[in-house]
Amino acid sequence: MVICALSIFGIVVLIAGELTVHSKLAWSTFGLEFFTKTFQDPYTGQPNYWDPVNSHFSALPFIFGTLLSSILALLMAVPLAVGLAVFLTEMCPGVLRGPLAFITELLAAIPSVIYGLWAVFVLVPLLRDYVNPWLIKMFGWSGLFGSDNPTGLGFVAAGVILAIMILPIISSLTREVMTAVPGSQREAVLALGATRWEMISMGVLRNARIGIVGAIILGLGRALGETMAVTMVIGNTPQIMHSLLANGTTMSSVIANEYAEATSNMHRAALTEIGLALFVVTIIVNAFARLPVWMVTRGAPSATH
Amino acid sequence: MRNEHKLRAQIRTLVDGGATGLAILSTILVVAPLVAIFIYLVYKGASSLNLDFFTQIPKPEGEDGGGMANAIEGSGVLLAIASIIGVPMGIAGGIFLAEFGRGTKLANAIRFTADVLNGVPSIVMGMAAYSLVVVPMGHFSAFAGGVALGIMMIPTVCRTTEEMLLMVPHSVREAALALGVPNWRSVLSITVRTASPGIITGCMLAFARVAGETAPLIFTALGNSYSSANLNQPIAALPLQIYVYALSPYDDQHRLAWAGALVLIALIVIAVSLVRYVTSRGVLKGAS
Repeated sequence: MVICALSIFGIVVLIAGELTVHSKLAWSTFGLEFFTKTFQDPYTGQPNYWDPVNSHFSALPFIFGTLLSSILALLMAVPLAVGLAVFLTEMCPGVLRGPLAFITELLAAIPSVIYGLWAVFVLVPLLRDYVNPWLIKMFGWSGLFGSDNPTGLGFVAAGVILAIMILPIISSLTREVMTAVPGSQREAVLALGATRWEMISMGVLRNARIGIVGAIILGLGRALGETMAVTMVIGNTPQIMHSLLANGTTMSSVIANEYAEATSNMHRAALTEIGLALFVVTIIVNAFARLPVWMVTRGAPSATH
Repeated sequence: MRNEHKLRAQIRTLVDGGATGLAILSTILVVAPLVAIFIYLVYKGASSLNLDFFTQIPKPEGEDGGGMANAIEGSGVLLAIASIIGVPMGIAGGIFLAEFGRGTKLANAIRFTADVLNGVPSIVMGMAAYSLVVVPMGHFSAFAGGVALGIMMIPTVCRTTEEMLLMVPHSVREAALALGVPNWRSVLSITVRTASPGIITGCMLAFARVAGETAPLIFTALGNSYSSANLNQPIAALPLQIYVYALSPYDDQHRLAWAGALVLIALIVIAVSLVRYVTSRGVLKGAS
């Protein structure tokens, strides 16, 4: 039993070890520059990041894409998730609570490829025909919504589908943390004559805020590593544009697209190094996320006052 | 003075109403698209599902008809390998965490690592299986895909097993120990047996989760247009096939993708409902 339990440490060591060994070639050739540098295309003069044929490898556009799509997703998901959690714990009539909780639980279990399938056939046409033209018309002046990509694919599509995917996780954890706040806190605030919203903001959200931050970081961790749905809608072009409607790519997408058909050892090593970076980052993000959720749900939350 | 109080009270009531409205609005905004996904999926999938889907292998590209028999079979093979690796290791680990190592620093560290490992992207697991199995063997294989999924199952099964064991009331353990039963015996034939419905459904949940995993299979199991039962060869899998068909230009392959998605979802709905039923049932209640 101890051995089986220890195998969990073993898996972490194994993954880290294998990925380090197999990315050594990229490590020793590019060093830390791998994550920052830009090549200049000799013919067009445009910046070029990823050219397996000429052995030009830079992880910059993938890091950019991963961060941008995750941040977009969080911006959309967090307010909705917290609103849903508040509704479910504090306002919802008992009849609705069970089914709503069940639906969110179920949605957390839907495979990412199915979200991707839905996004390709429903979300992307919707964005292409209605939402994107509107965004360009209303906010085109800001330069964030360029009109040069008519496909509907790109960062906005990836952000929306990611937001839908991380919503259930953030909201169910937020709900868990909010239910862990003792009822006496609520009663105390209500006894002072507070309205329901004042009770929620002062008595509940204030006490649960560390846990909510943890839930958001956990959602971020999921968004960073999400592969299939994003790969299907982001357009898979290694470029850095300042338009949110442009095609892009992420760390996990490039691995999904190119790893099985990597042309050279260097290509494979570069992809493995991106995977290693993804592994390290998600480990750190998840560790950070677990600590606060753990503190709020295990400890006595009333002790924070 | 009076008026000011009145005004303030009105503002507070207004803010309260506004916040309530926003919470309700966000609930609607969340639930509506999610329900829409679900209904659309069932509608599209049900109209595409037929007997051929389960019995035929895919037709050549561009030709109508055919099914996903090879992918269903392949998913079965992959999941069997994954379960052989993941279930015993996970359950044993969970028993250690809940019974033998409870409260020790080692168990806490393992629990934390398992939680963190649950959040590692599945594609990274696929890369690990690639370096571990595909590189030494020299080619893609069903076995490599099974290993990737198996590794993913271990932390999930481990944590659910632990949770289910912790739901067994303390008095049951104490009763066994009071009769002079050795601790290992009490754990195996009393606690684990009491928690076994929960453990089994926990395994089903982990099973359903890896059944939908695509990313780790792309460069381990690779996919296959034909039926194959050879563990040493590339093999088809349902989620992989959905991925390929979703991006293909043929309408008939889109139809198959929707049907496949419905089959996967049905599996997951059953698993999630079972877990919910078992954990909310009275047998395991009265927990510590």
